[in-house]
Amino acid sequence: MTALAPPVVRGPTTTAGGASVKRGAVTWMALPALAIYIVFAVVPLLGVLVLSFTTWDGIGSIQASGLTSWRRVLTDPGLPHALWVTFKIMAFTWLIQTPISLLIGVFLAGHQRYREFLAALFFIPLLLSSAAIAITYKALLDPNFGLGPGLHLAFLTQDWLGSAQLAFAVVMFVVSWQFIPFHSLIYQGAIRQIPKSIYEAAMLDGAGRIRQFFSITIPQIKYTIIVSSTLMIVGSLTFFDLIFVLTEGGPGDATRNLALDMYKTGFQANLMGPASAIAVILVLVGLFLALLLQRLGGSLSESQLEGA
Amino acid sequence: MDPKTTSRRSFLSLALGAPVAGAALAACGGSGPSQTGAGGGSASGSAGGGGGGQATYWFLTGQPQQAIREDTVKRFNAANPSGTIAFTEFQNDAYKTKIKTALGAGQGPTIIWGWGGGGLREYVKANQVEDLTSWFAQNPQQKDRRFPAAFGAATVDGKIYALPAETVTPIVFYYNKKVFDKVGVSEPPKSWADIMTLVDKFNSANVAPFSLGGQSRWTNMMWLEFILDRIGGPQVFQNVFEAKQDAWSDPAVEQTLTKVQDLVKANGFVKGFSSITADSNADQAVFYTGRAAMMVHGAWTYGNMKTAGGDLVTGGHLGYMNFPPVDPSTDKGDPSDTVGNPGQYYSISSKATDAQKQIAQKFFGTTVLDDTENKKWVASGSVPLVKGVDSQFPTGVDGDFLKFIYDTSANAKGFAQSWDQALSPTQAETLLDNIAKLFQLSVTPQQWIDNMNKVIGQ
Repeated sequence: MTALAPPVVRGPTTTAGGASVKRGAVTWMALPALAIYIVFAVVPLLGVLVLSFTTWDGIGSIQASGLTSWRRVLTDPGLPHALWVTFKIMAFTWLIQTPISLLIGVFLAGHQRYREFLAALFFIPLLLSSAAIAITYKALLDPNFGLGPGLHLAFLTQDWLGSAQLAFAVVMFVVSWQFIPFHSLIYQGAIRQIPKSIYEAAMLDGAGRIRQFFSITIPQIKYTIIVSSTLMIVGSLTFFDLIFVLTEGGPGDATRNLALDMYKTGFQANLMGPASAIAVILVLVGLFLALLLQRLGGSLSESQLEGA
Repeated sequence: MDPKTTSRRSFLSLALGAPVAGAALAACGGSGPSQTGAGGGSASGSAGGGGGGQATYWFLTGQPQQAIREDTVKRFNAANPSGTIAFTEFQNDAYKTKIKTALGAGQGPTIIWGWGGGGLREYVKANQVEDLTSWFAQNPQQKDRRFPAAFGAATVDGKIYALPAETVTPIVFYYNKKVFDKVGVSEPPKSWADIMTLVDKFNSANVAPFSLGGQSRWTNMMWLEFILDRIGGPQVFQNVFEAKQDAWSDPAVEQTLTKVQDLVKANGFVKGFSSITADSNADQAVFYTGRAAMMVHGAWTYGNMKTAGGDLVTGGHLGYMNFPPVDPSTDKGDPSDTVGNPGQYYSISSKATDAQKQIAQKFFGTTVLDDTENKKWVASGSVPLVKGVDSQFPTGVDGDFLKFIYDTSANAKGFAQSWDQALSPTQAETLLDNIAKLFQLSVTPQQWIDNMNKVIGQ
């Protein structure tokens, strides 16, 4: 839904003058990308905005109906619930993924033996499509024919996708399992860019591994953490495929986030107006969060690489 | 969307009055043996011949139905090289979304495969499908040879917009005789009290009483359809269908919902039922492997249970009957009533060219449900919605089952179409959503009724 540009690093010299001649040429080069962006992002977005003020069943004619759709969506108790589920997913996936991917990233950036081999193993989930992952997990977690009953392991034989809390936990787990490799990759790259000299200096000063991690690694990759967090948080707004195949938003509506709510309203209940209103809300929430994270990143500090 | 103004077609009453009825394939259909990812769809066109143009036809995957549908088209194409039909096949849930989007965009096929009822009504409202009333008037034998009850869901405001086709399949109460013997139960339940007693008995013997594919939601709905019809009679849902205000507030509805929740609380359904899907046939597997003793499911599951279920069917261990009365002394509904889908429905797109429409009509008139197709349906363990087809039934376990289905359909005083097919998609989605919550015990019967009353007529 929300196309996300990589965050602009705000430097003090962004708006420095003196290069206005070159700037014109650069603007021209941005045109094709801009055209594509307008056709595939801005126009549909405006279309959705217009549709949210209409009544349409997806087949018949579109009728303007003012605020009817908005009233319907905003008074529906399903909306706060879907928002709540969305935010829970966002918070938990961030809390689970960030520390783990950071640690894996640190590990992969080192020079241990078998590192390449292990790295390749870690990245396997990244190669699979969400639908394939969801179908596989669904089969593994089946309460009658899954892994638990197959191996006669009582603790694995739970109603994984049938109880509200467990299903939510499973979604968190599978999402994390799928995306941790990606974020590890980002962190690995960032950590490798930290100059060795900083660590050497710290070692001379007697800083241990843990001290080095918190005093050097984390501050040095601050912007990477923001990039990765932005991707996680804004990405989690639009989780759809995995949850749709895994639980269809169920049991009941325990894992029905905004994206699923939008799909179900639009394509299963044939209420395109209210579905468009939900889509607009989704876009606004996404933009707001992205902006917030950018602000946060900008105000933290001015320079990134100390000593480099 | 608001259909409050338009008078609702009372196809149920049509169905109710008819002495012979039929049912049909998948309520919502999961008869596919394999579950594909959302959005799947594989094109497999037949050779598109010659000068007379080509019609298009979209239908569902899932054996054995898929092979029969393909065969019928291929035989038509072989006999009519000048005007052929190209077909595209879709997985059930993917099709539901795809067909809607395609029709909305004017990209639909010539022949639209459907379930009739509320969905067909939407197509009619949007002028997407041809009125076939005059075609039936010109071809009266096409109308006469089909079960009259099959026409209810094809009719909108007195006009016929779809050709009833394929098979009749009521929902059946299955039980596993081997499991019954093992646990020491001699007879299937005859009332709701019996069901609750059996639930305790099976649970204490460590066998799940009922299998259920709860994630698919319409599977849970079949329970409500039966219990409500038994307790309150067909008029209760008819009132909902006719969009009468607060129709769900009938006391029979609350009794029904309470009974279902009692059953859930008593562990009447297999553990983890909310995460089992019917599309993957996992609910049938729970039943035919003996993990659950009983199952309420469509007649279309018979074929799969026969092929996948070891000697359950072939050894004569599969018991089946109509859903029992709830309480014979107070029930308002007739115990012969059944629910299901009275047929599958083929419509002709109003956006097709005249040449395409003619090919489609020729297809309807010459090849659909001809003797060859009927034989194939019977061989696959289904009853095509054609009168007198019982004379073709084989002997043995298959013949007995087919006869049971034919008689259940024929003798039913009322044959109600599945709720989610009868209602508009908007109401159906709210219904399925609330049914899932009901089985999760996350709404009370009263909340359920309030939620449903709000969307009546939408």
